[in-house]
Amino acid sequence: MHNDTREITYRDALKEALIEEMERDERVFLLGEDIADPFGSAYKVTLGLSPIFGTDRVIQTPISEQGFTGAAVGAAITGLRPVLEYMYIDFTTMAMDQIANQAAKIRYMSGGQAKVPVVLRTQGGPGRSSAAQHAQSLEAWFHHLPGMLVAMPATPYDAKGLLKTAIRLDDPVMFIEQKLLYNTKGPVPEEEYTIPFGMADVKREGSDCTVVATSMAVLKALKAAEILEQEGISVEVVDPRTLFPLDIDTIVASVAKTSRLVVTHEAPERGGFGAEVVAQVADKAFGYIDAPIQRVCAPSVPVPFARDLEDYTMVDETKIADRVRKLVHGEF
Amino acid sequence: MTEEIKDAPPTDLTQEQLLAMYRRMRLIRGFEDTAQRYFEAGEIAGFLHLSQGQEAVPVGTCTALREDDYITSTHRGHGDVIAKGCEVKFMFAELYGRTTGYCKGKGGSMHIADFSQGIIGANGIVSGGLPIVIGVGLSIKMRGTDQVAVCFFGDGATAEGGFHEALNLTSLWQLPVVFVCQNNFYGLSQPWERTAYKCDLAQRARSYHMPGECLDGMDAIAVYHPVNKAVELARSGGGPSFIEAKTYRFLGHYVGDPALYMPPEEREAWRKKDAILKLGKQLKAWGYLSEEEDEEMGAGIEAELQAGVEYARSSPIPAPEEALTDLYIHFDYLGNPLQGG
Repeated sequence: MHNDTREITYRDALKEALIEEMERDERVFLLGEDIADPFGSAYKVTLGLSPIFGTDRVIQTPISEQGFTGAAVGAAITGLRPVLEYMYIDFTTMAMDQIANQAAKIRYMSGGQAKVPVVLRTQGGPGRSSAAQHAQSLEAWFHHLPGMLVAMPATPYDAKGLLKTAIRLDDPVMFIEQKLLYNTKGPVPEEEYTIPFGMADVKREGSDCTVVATSMAVLKALKAAEILEQEGISVEVVDPRTLFPLDIDTIVASVAKTSRLVVTHEAPERGGFGAEVVAQVADKAFGYIDAPIQRVCAPSVPVPFARDLEDYTMVDETKIADRVRKLVHGEF
Repeated sequence: MTEEIKDAPPTDLTQEQLLAMYRRMRLIRGFEDTAQRYFEAGEIAGFLHLSQGQEAVPVGTCTALREDDYITSTHRGHGDVIAKGCEVKFMFAELYGRTTGYCKGKGGSMHIADFSQGIIGANGIVSGGLPIVIGVGLSIKMRGTDQVAVCFFGDGATAEGGFHEALNLTSLWQLPVVFVCQNNFYGLSQPWERTAYKCDLAQRARSYHMPGECLDGMDAIAVYHPVNKAVELARSGGGPSFIEAKTYRFLGHYVGDPALYMPPEEREAWRKKDAILKLGKQLKAWGYLSEEEDEEMGAGIEAELQAGVEYARSSPIPAPEEALTDLYIHFDYLGNPLQGG
């Protein structure tokens, strides 16, 4: 499809998306804590951008999440296209009125007068002993909000293509990255591309069981598929890429082929995004299902600090593989 | 204060402007009274937070604004949006939940907006508009226009974190914003003096290094002058200002609240300071308005209001499934792509 690709990190893929979109559209600007050089943001996605675009377009804010979210919302409804960064998804709690009551609802409440083209970039996920307030996976909150779109890229290719689309959409987008993905590498084309929202990606084809996975859990599911391949079990890994809009058709088509479904994500199981996938599959693909639908998620506890405790709660390839193996062997 | 009628009218407001201010205040009062009547009659649903008594603040403020300037408003926002230019018939239509309302019946009383004239929304969340105005000011600055954004809010909002974040960021970035606090002395039932220790809002503004002024919110002209100064300062790149207009909510928090927490003698005292009566007397003393013209104006307003109610009553009720539209631009509410979105 793409002739010239190179291997770049998830971080650099995001950075390229920001640079390209800021060059393309002068209404696009960045807003967030510690995003300007020399610090260049906690996970360095915006490192190097303030020298290119100046601090008038790479606006470093005080620690004032409600304030700078309002700044993004107000700018968006009056003609600009802000891309905001929350250093940790946990910090969105400080801005929840502006996200949930304002950004997500202004268009609807105004009878369609307003548009709110704002991208709320952030990152979540466990794995670095960051403990309970720096490692959450809160996508279900935003996925639950009418008026919000939610993207969770798992690869550098998806990160760049989805972020470019997010910036061009006129609806508010919660764009959730993962802290352990920033250093991962993958192929990204030299030439420009975008990825539409609402288009799942089959990350690996298989015939025995479908695993629907998001963000970091996609990588874990792919590893599980490799383990299971050695045992003669063929796993199909489907990454929705955007939680809303959700490409349920691709998931249903996969389940129709495999007749088994495991849904996995790093967020706690109870009330998680996986529950929505399971419900929709039960509704739309009931006749195809030959085994109980399973979820492999974090237990519904806060993320603990100590390495062993955190590991115990985290989704990994072993847990996913165990669950798939049991389903395929009829052990349920 | 109220009895003294100045010998001369203000030199910086024309007779036409002063009459327009007076009419606009009466229109707001009439709108509130009319809405209350039909709410109590069961024709209007939901919540109705009325602003009788506060009319001088939005009218004095918006007299200093251009059509392309912005305002944010509150749950008690009817007066603010009428002062900025909303037409009562489309407002009634919104309160009646009709397709012809400003928000097609999706917003109601607390969310009236008209983006075409900078009215970027009343707000159901106390202090909700304060962080938003940071962005409006930022947008004006980044787009390089000379517009100004006014943020209306009540005394109740000043205990919210968003209030402080808004003052801090607009000051830090020197944005063209004027904060207009409509201090009506009650946050629902909580008296103002129980909101903060020895609260002095003008002093708070100074702590964020912006001009802060406390003024008589029961006098539209007294509101206009400092607001106009603040607007000109903002327009010329001088950054944000803060105005505290002391005013009064003649009625309870919403229709149905008997306001037992407001002492009767206090209410009576404020009623005597009615800004509409005051300006009417002034206009007559200055020879700008005869008794006859005053009555004609009243009749005209009554006719406009009644026509507005009739317009609302006769407007179409939205098809129920309209509830599923106007959420996203690019997708329907289920996430299916919209053509031409």
